[in-house]
Amino acid sequence: MATGTEPSPTDHRPPSGVRGAGRAAIAAPHLRTDRWWLAPAATAAGLLAFVVYSTWRAFANAHYYAAPYVSPFFSPCLAENCESMRSGPNWDLFGSWWSLSPAVLILIFPLGFRLTCYYYRKAYYRGFWASPPACAVAEPHKKYTGETRFPLILQNIHRYFFYAAIVVAGILTYDTVLAFRDEHYAWGHMGLGTLVFLVNITLIWAYTISCHSCRHIVGGQLKHFSRHPVRYRAWRFVGKLNAHHMLLAWVSLMSVALADFYVYLVASGAFDDPRFF
Amino acid sequence: MSSYEARFRVWRGDIEGGGLKDFEVEVNDGEVVLDIIHRLQSTQAPDLAVRWNCKAGKCGSCSAEINGRPRLLCMTRMSVFDRAETITVTPLRAFPVIRDLVTDVGFNYSKAREIPAFVPPEGVGPGEYRMFQEDVDRSQEFRKCIECFLCQDTCHVVRDHEENKTAFAGPRFLMRVAELDMHPLDAAEESGLDRGRTAQDEHGLGYCNITKCCTEVCPEGIKITDNALIPLKERAVDRKYDPLVWLGSKIRRRSS
Repeated sequence: MATGTEPSPTDHRPPSGVRGAGRAAIAAPHLRTDRWWLAPAATAAGLLAFVVYSTWRAFANAHYYAAPYVSPFFSPCLAENCESMRSGPNWDLFGSWWSLSPAVLILIFPLGFRLTCYYYRKAYYRGFWASPPACAVAEPHKKYTGETRFPLILQNIHRYFFYAAIVVAGILTYDTVLAFRDEHYAWGHMGLGTLVFLVNITLIWAYTISCHSCRHIVGGQLKHFSRHPVRYRAWRFVGKLNAHHMLLAWVSLMSVALADFYVYLVASGAFDDPRFF
Repeated sequence: MSSYEARFRVWRGDIEGGGLKDFEVEVNDGEVVLDIIHRLQSTQAPDLAVRWNCKAGKCGSCSAEINGRPRLLCMTRMSVFDRAETITVTPLRAFPVIRDLVTDVGFNYSKAREIPAFVPPEGVGPGEYRMFQEDVDRSQEFRKCIECFLCQDTCHVVRDHEENKTAFAGPRFLMRVAELDMHPLDAAEESGLDRGRTAQDEHGLGYCNITKCCTEVCPEGIKITDNALIPLKERAVDRKYDPLVWLGSKIRRRSS
């Protein structure tokens, strides 16, 4: 039947996938008429913007502390070249030999947590790797092995990054408590930065707790919920949060960048932190 | 009741070849795409092949692709389309075509046979099964599956890579493994069958990169990725990649 949908004579690749032998003879890799490209394009743009911003801030190694606020990108500060923060998250584990930005030492953990996160995996597999670019849109790759081989088999260590993320979130909580001081380290004060930190840490905890590995660890691994009522309740609670994991992933990503940017503005003198009391 | 003439492009052909054929056909208020396909059969293309049965979204027979998206013909209202647009209907593009809108979905049945069945618990006879609702909630969500195979069709692991069909069971059957692994009375483990491990080793769970297309197309709204595939991946991690869990299971046998 000549209908104009046969493969083009200039296409020399052997037909495969949806154009493979036996499948309905349709040359187009997809027939979607909606704007399927919008979601992966927006995802890629959003993630790229964060990567560019965080790389600049991490390697700039400046304006990350303005008493009482410390940027979440530099907390805890694990090298000797960190700024001294009174009662702050200075923990000189690496000594003087570490000459790069101390942010690099700590960002590995939240970066690993987000890179192996089940939501972000979907986001970057679609947005950057086009595997697939969208549902029922043919991917451009000739071969696909998924997460069966190195390096993607390493995605299975997500739960260990989750444990590390709990520790990091705990330290950021401590930083938020320290933000209830003023610039002279007197307790019982609050500024706009404190509010920014409060919002950020709430979103960071919500994203961390809503993680699929957390859901598994608190109760998902059980076969009989009826024998573990406390863990069942915990599993249900995490499940409710987990349903919003994508949203929490994005808002916590934005809030952590905003918290850092706020500290940058205050530390660089571009903005004075308004004090509430 | 208002009616209008809609433009349709329907794939006609068989395994030897074929293509999209244009039609203009009457559409009335409240109709679904399957109604229009039936009208084409009765007025313009009496030999048009289409598989259908219940017309209520419960038999899973009328799976096809509408404007490139895997959907049930009987559950896709004509009112979701603009009256001016041309609606393209093709067979499922992940499976071999038989004729027109009918495909050979035998791949799915062969995969179904590879999943070991429910293992009855020892000493509990038929009619004596007692379970708490909270213990069966998870498995019951997966039992809503109508086996329309839209998730299998949209999964790029097999849709775009025919060679993976040997190793990969697909979301529907990995969900079946999850259903049994979460079933409170399944005694597979006691009989020496580790479903979490076999999901990874024998049914190709590692091929899934959790891009959630299966969930997007499921007409029953089953959260296949979040509630079946990811928990199954975590269970596989317990068995294969987490030394702490491995050590814990060696020290004490889990009571759960």
